[in-house]
Amino acid sequence: MSGPMLRIENLTKTFPVRNAFGRISGEVTAVDNVSFSIEPGRVYGLAGESGSGKSTIARMIMGLTRPTAGNIYLDGLNITDAGSGRSRRGKVQMVFQNPGSSLNARRTIGQSISVPLDAHGHPRHDRARRIDELLEMVQLPAEFAERYPHELSGGQKQRVAIARALAMPPKLLVLDEPTSALDVSVQAKVIDLLVDLGRRLDLTFLFISHDLSLMRNFAQDVGVLYLGRIVEAGATADVFEKPSHDYTKLLLASVPVMSAEEEAMRPALPLVDGEVLTSDRLPVGSNTSFERLEQ
Amino acid sequence: MTDATSVSQPRRLSNADQNWYRFTRNPTALIGAGIVILCILAAIFAPFITPYPEHVGAVVDFRSRHLPPSADYWFGTDNVGRDIFSRTIFGMRISLLLAVVVLGIAVPVGTILGLVAGYFGGWVDIIIMRITDIALAIPALVMALAVAAVLSPDLINAMLAIAGLWWTWHARLIYAITRQLRSQEFVEAAETLGAGKMHILFREILPNCVSALAVKTSLDCGFVIIVGASLSFLGLGIQPPTPDLGTMVASGSDFLPDYWWESVLPGCAILFVALGFILLGDGLRDLFDVEEIR
Ligand SMILES: Nc1ncnc2c1ncn2[C@@H]1O[C@H](COP(=O)(O)OP(=O)(O)OP(=O)(O)O)[C@@H](O)[C@H]1O
Ligand SMILES: [Mg+2]
Repeated sequence: MSGPMLRIENLTKTFPVRNAFGRISGEVTAVDNVSFSIEPGRVYGLAGESGSGKSTIARMIMGLTRPTAGNIYLDGLNITDAGSGRSRRGKVQMVFQNPGSSLNARRTIGQSISVPLDAHGHPRHDRARRIDELLEMVQLPAEFAERYPHELSGGQKQRVAIARALAMPPKLLVLDEPTSALDVSVQAKVIDLLVDLGRRLDLTFLFISHDLSLMRNFAQDVGVLYLGRIVEAGATADVFEKPSHDYTKLLLASVPVMSAEEEAMRPALPLVDGEVLTSDRLPVGSNTSFERLEQ
Repeated sequence: MTDATSVSQPRRLSNADQNWYRFTRNPTALIGAGIVILCILAAIFAPFITPYPEHVGAVVDFRSRHLPPSADYWFGTDNVGRDIFSRTIFGMRISLLLAVVVLGIAVPVGTILGLVAGYFGGWVDIIIMRITDIALAIPALVMALAVAAVLSPDLINAMLAIAGLWWTWHARLIYAITRQLRSQEFVEAAETLGAGKMHILFREILPNCVSALAVKTSLDCGFVIIVGASLSFLGLGIQPPTPDLGTMVASGSDFLPDYWWESVLPGCAILFVALGFILLGDGLRDLFDVEEIR
């Protein structure tokens, strides 16, 4: 099948806002008319600060949230209204933001990894071998299969979540800030692992993050999401070198700098007073850093 | 940073080992468990450990009626000369049997209905939880009285009447937990991995209800025993001559205050068993750190 692995068309999601009495008093547009597509084998980075709607997009792709409007095509198939799970035919899997809560604390690592195997009818007698193989694939020792999540570090848990998502290899892997809950030194290792697995299993990635330094190394294309809208998109190198939108410049300016050459590439701060970028999501219309920029 | 490779880790304690250790440091749980185990063993081995097992039946020995507690008759004798200690131990059998049967029905029924209503929501939720609300409004004792009045007063009917209402408490408890768990990431992860509804209900959500269920069930054993004893006290449960703690308190109360042991000591036995279960439940609650369970 040629054509994009994932195509999103005018995707919109609004949530009702309730007042103190539980009455609906308005709505928040979490995702506002977003369109993008990902070619097979590429890594698409979706950047944006907290509350910009990144997780909501991921959840709509996974069928965990129903879009208000727009369409989602996965490998040519319209999956906009299909529920979560089997209707996606195992073509897309997701690694959740917080490895602490995406693994069931009462089930062993082996039991968690066997969920997709059992769901897709992997032969029972081969299950233990496959679990060993998957743990090895994410560079964890086989005896971890017997352990419970609380006995693992955050990075180890996230590796388990990756192994589980890849147990029945999907075509598209959605990574919702897979490293934001992790220590910096662990982040890089997890990303290296993902790059390696992507090559070996021929995966397409949707990589969601607020961390542009990670995105620069990992993603080939990026879309910058701001208050639910994509304000800038293109090849990573272009967006990073010549950001056209002020919000992108602001995001880039707050990226921690790694090397001297990166320092040279770093654009000047567009804010004169050097105010810290607000990371709280405010409903559209309130005074956010974006509004300040536009003035 | 020992992220990927485990560099000589300390010997790990399994979950069960850790729980056992904490259990042995918890006096409430230990005392409760001690009482419960003692009562269960006594009930099982009643024919071998009681001095007068034949006094369970309709034995009459007027020479030894109304004897106070002594070395021969630890709890004294009743108005027809039977050993009250022997009858108390056998009475515990009935109490425990009642608890096992009632909760053996109520816990699975309540758990399944709570899981289903909490997970699926919508009209399934509305129907199940409205029935639960109605049933919750009827006191178990009143229901048992009504059933006994319509059918005949006996043990089976009493158990069915209590079980017919008791599941609602478990349904409420499991419903609340399920509602809270169903939007958690591990449940959503299982959904996106293609797991079926059965898997999600019984393999993902249920294991997270087990500690709350253990606490609740243990506390409930105590309460069911008290309700059962109240029923037979009112003459609606077990019929004589089968020894039942509630019946013994009732018939002994005719001879108060002179022959106080005939009602007070079986009454203490009811409290002892019930207290054991309630202490165990309280101890488990501390152990598992589950809140909001009566
Ligand atoms: N179920 C919901 N009900 C109401 N509002 C919601 C719901 N889910 C998300 N929102 C709102 O939608 C907006 C976007 O949320 P989202 O979780 O997609 O942000 P995000 O970019 O993933 O942020 P973060 O980086 O913090 O994870 C937020 O304003 C949030 O409050
Ligand atoms: Mg998010």
